[in-house]
Amino acid sequence: MSTVAVEVTPTLPEVHYLNADYGWRSWLFTTDHKRIAWLYLFAITGFFAVGGLMATLMRLNLVEPQGALMEPASYNKLFTAHGLIMIFFFLAPSIPTVLGNFLIPIMIGARDVAFPKLNLLSWYIFMLAGSVFMLAVIRGGVDTGWTLYTPLSTTYANGHVLSAAVGIFISGFSSILTGLNFMVTIHKMRAPGMTWFRLPLFIWSLYATSVIFVLAMPVIAITLALIALERVFHVGIFDPALGGDPILFQHLFWFFGHPEVYILILPSMGVISELVAAGCRKRVFGYSFVAFSSVAIAAISFMVWGLHMFLTGQSVYAGFVFSALSFAVAIPSAIKVFNWTATMHKASVSYDAPMLYAIGFIGLFTIGGLTGLFLASLGTDVHLHDTYFVVAHFHYVMVGGAIMGYLGGLHLWWPKMTGKLYPEAWARFACLLVFAGFNLTFGPQFILGYLGMPRRYAVYPPEFQVLNVMSSAGASILAVGYFIPLVYFTWSAFKGPVAGPNPWGAKGLEWTIPSPPPTNNFDVTPIVTQEAYAYGHEEAHVG
Amino acid sequence: MRFLKFDNSKAGWALQILVVLASPLSGASAGPPGDPSTSTSIFRPASTPADSILGLSLFVFAITGTIFLIVAGLLIYSAVKFRRRRNDDGREPAQIYGSNQLELAWTVIPVLIVVVLFLTAARVIHAIQDARKPANATEVTVVGHQFWWEYRYSQFDFVTANELHVPVSDPKDPSPTFLTLLSADTDHSFWVPRLAGKTDLIPNHPNTTWIDPHEAGLYLGQCAQYCGTQHAKMLLRVYVQTRADFDSWVKAQQQSSPVNAQMDQEAAEGKRIFEGTACINCHAVRGTVANGRFGPDLTHLMSRDTIAAGAVPNTPANLRLWIQTPDAIKPGSLMPAMNLSDEDFDRLAAYLLTLH
Ligand code: HEC
Ligand code: HEM
Ligand SMILES: [Cu+2]
Ligand SMILES: [Cu+2]
Repeated sequence: MSTVAVEVTPTLPEVHYLNADYGWRSWLFTTDHKRIAWLYLFAITGFFAVGGLMATLMRLNLVEPQGALMEPASYNKLFTAHGLIMIFFFLAPSIPTVLGNFLIPIMIGARDVAFPKLNLLSWYIFMLAGSVFMLAVIRGGVDTGWTLYTPLSTTYANGHVLSAAVGIFISGFSSILTGLNFMVTIHKMRAPGMTWFRLPLFIWSLYATSVIFVLAMPVIAITLALIALERVFHVGIFDPALGGDPILFQHLFWFFGHPEVYILILPSMGVISELVAAGCRKRVFGYSFVAFSSVAIAAISFMVWGLHMFLTGQSVYAGFVFSALSFAVAIPSAIKVFNWTATMHKASVSYDAPMLYAIGFIGLFTIGGLTGLFLASLGTDVHLHDTYFVVAHFHYVMVGGAIMGYLGGLHLWWPKMTGKLYPEAWARFACLLVFAGFNLTFGPQFILGYLGMPRRYAVYPPEFQVLNVMSSAGASILAVGYFIPLVYFTWSAFKGPVAGPNPWGAKGLEWTIPSPPPTNNFDVTPIVTQEAYAYGHEEAHVG
Repeated sequence: MRFLKFDNSKAGWALQILVVLASPLSGASAGPPGDPSTSTSIFRPASTPADSILGLSLFVFAITGTIFLIVAGLLIYSAVKFRRRRNDDGREPAQIYGSNQLELAWTVIPVLIVVVLFLTAARVIHAIQDARKPANATEVTVVGHQFWWEYRYSQFDFVTANELHVPVSDPKDPSPTFLTLLSADTDHSFWVPRLAGKTDLIPNHPNTTWIDPHEAGLYLGQCAQYCGTQHAKMLLRVYVQTRADFDSWVKAQQQSSPVNAQMDQEAAEGKRIFEGTACINCHAVRGTVANGRFGPDLTHLMSRDTIAAGAVPNTPANLRLWIQTPDAIKPGSLMPAMNLSDEDFDRLAAYLLTLH
């Protein structure tokens, strides 16, 4: 079916989930997954702004080798808060709680998630966690780095380690509940005919993410509780002065921490599969390989924590095992990249904003992944560990990768969420700014790290100034690139042209219902008879 | 390494390109060896571990660079060649499910590549970490403290701080230096890029590393594991000396501090103040009552080029400023500002200036 339904003048449905009810109560006590998605969207946009402001201050400080703005103590608090906010209060919840909440039920043909009230409770827990954490930051902050290494965090650090840890501890429960909710929803709420292998790949990747949420979050919760025990009651767990073992902390932290970084990237990979299919009007090449690579990544991610500990004097042979396993994670990631690229082959590649973000993601994620090979190679890691090379590497994956995916997803589904279109030209322009600004910000940091600049440095040797200034200049372009969508999305929500149910001519259950959808999504439960991405009449089969 | 030998003179062309690319940005070519502005660039390795890191880096760079060019090339090709045309009529392109052969190919090839990478990297690290300590090795115990380095030369029976001296090691007849790494408080990391990769200093977990610098000169480095407020001002200075210079340095370090008879009036006053205040709880000066270990050993303070772990040059003015207001030089350091009169600080400084 060639279905760019050329709607002459699409109109908004009379009643939809946004206008079904008015007043703050109807939002703050809603159990509609679509409205909860909006609650999260506002919350995490706020956290992103705060974390972004902190990044801006840091980059300003680094314009001069002696620090242009602040004392080292303040700088240290900034990167700690920036890291923790971006990871726990922006990126980890971003795609799952906004796009996931909005889309999972719709994509599988359900009316809501399995436990709607629990879903709302997760949001309240998240907000409580965020408030406790922000209070710790406002009252003076923490200067441990986001890794909270002991005995620095338990004995030597001043600042509000405890309340910050409590904030993160609470946020873990929000993630666990969301993860459980999604898993049950995907298992139990699929419409008739929606078999596992007809699920959109976005669902597969969120399923894998949910499993990690449920398994990894308890580990960090326990670890933080142990830190609290040691700080408050001086029980010797990590501090050798009290009879504890500081390496134990590193094991526990990275046993959580490495799966956590896949929590950040897996959902984005799921979004990219959707963006590529919609942007190419083509089914995703090698569907089952892409699906299983998500599962493989989730599984292997629990076995590679030791790669963060190559320098701690762990035995060379333990190092070998962790190094080999880290290399192993690269394989499923590479498989995804190849399949996306193959999907674009002989397709009809659009240059609309969502597809531009997808192409940007693939390019930047490839760089992030390949530079990861330098860190998995023991012999180069001893040079690069804890330098700006690592800072660049993980920002390529998290900002160049995960955030590009998140923004691309927002652009693809914005018309569904609001029923409105945004100005496409501005969206493309912003995407290009983000791409250029991003590379200028983090590209030079690879060189900085190789030349010997360690991370978490408030001041640095003068010979690194040129590269640091380039990086700070890039950051200001990046900031503009992130700001523009905020403006046109706001405009679009109120004044944008009406989108119609399927402005992209895309396939998938979400495009079969009105935009914005009615509160109960489907008036009649859909019966699924096709695979995901059922584009095209003829189905050629190569291979 | 037998199966892949990294000879940097053979990989010379790649090295040249990288150095040329990197030098204007890094000042890599600034200053003669020994000049304090000497860069920390790995592209000028001066010791076996650093050499093999550089070799491996070039190898990994070649492989990842090639992969990147291929992937980026295909991506750009598909995006441009198959772009949606202006006259697009909404038709959907021919659909392809996938191809098991292709999937197999792009699984197996990456697997082979990472196996090669893994083996190569493992070899390099094994050669570094399992190196045997020869009998003629110099041994130093490095203790990381919040924001400064303590060096214990147990072989020679003295302790010093912040500036590590080691003998040069002739590649034909190696005499490496082995370092035992300890921490007095929290984690630190010992990193002098031109000499070796990092090794962490972790309380209660002694680690070791070694260097065999081929050339005399000054090598800079810094603490690479975040350790608190002044992590960025915990600099490392390694003075590599000819055997003769090293021996005479050791001899000088073994001397005790000067006695009162060797000082002028003001310095002797300063010594009295030093011994009468909290200074001695934190600092040691051999031959006096001062035997504190919380701060750097000051016995031969004036033999050092810098103070406060490389933060500033060791000039009389800086020294005077430091003992009165350490925060003016290194805010957040663990040396407290003492409550003394200006004259007393002058006298103290005069005394410190005698500690050659
Ligand atoms: C509470 C312990 C403490 C006391 C008391 C103390 N210091 Fe210090 N001092 C330190 C520490 C710690 C350092 C290292 C600071 C750094 O580099 O971060 C230091 C560094 C120094 C240095 C620089 C040494 C070097 O080689 O870099 C000098 C000189 C010095 N102190 C002199 C004094 C004098 C004189 C007094 C008495 C007026 C004094 N200190 C009192 C802890 C102390
Ligand atoms: C948007 C532009 C961003 C800029 C300009 C920026 C900049 C920085 C800077 C300067 C540092 C300090 C590096 C160091 O000294 O170690 C840093 C650290 C960090 N950033 Fe960002 N960042 C950005 C976005 C993000 C995002 C979106 C994330 C999301 C996950 C993130 C996660 C981190 C983490 C985890 C750290 C390490 C914190 C630590 O060392 O404890 N950043 N960033
Ligand atoms: Cu340190
Ligand atoms: Cu440090």
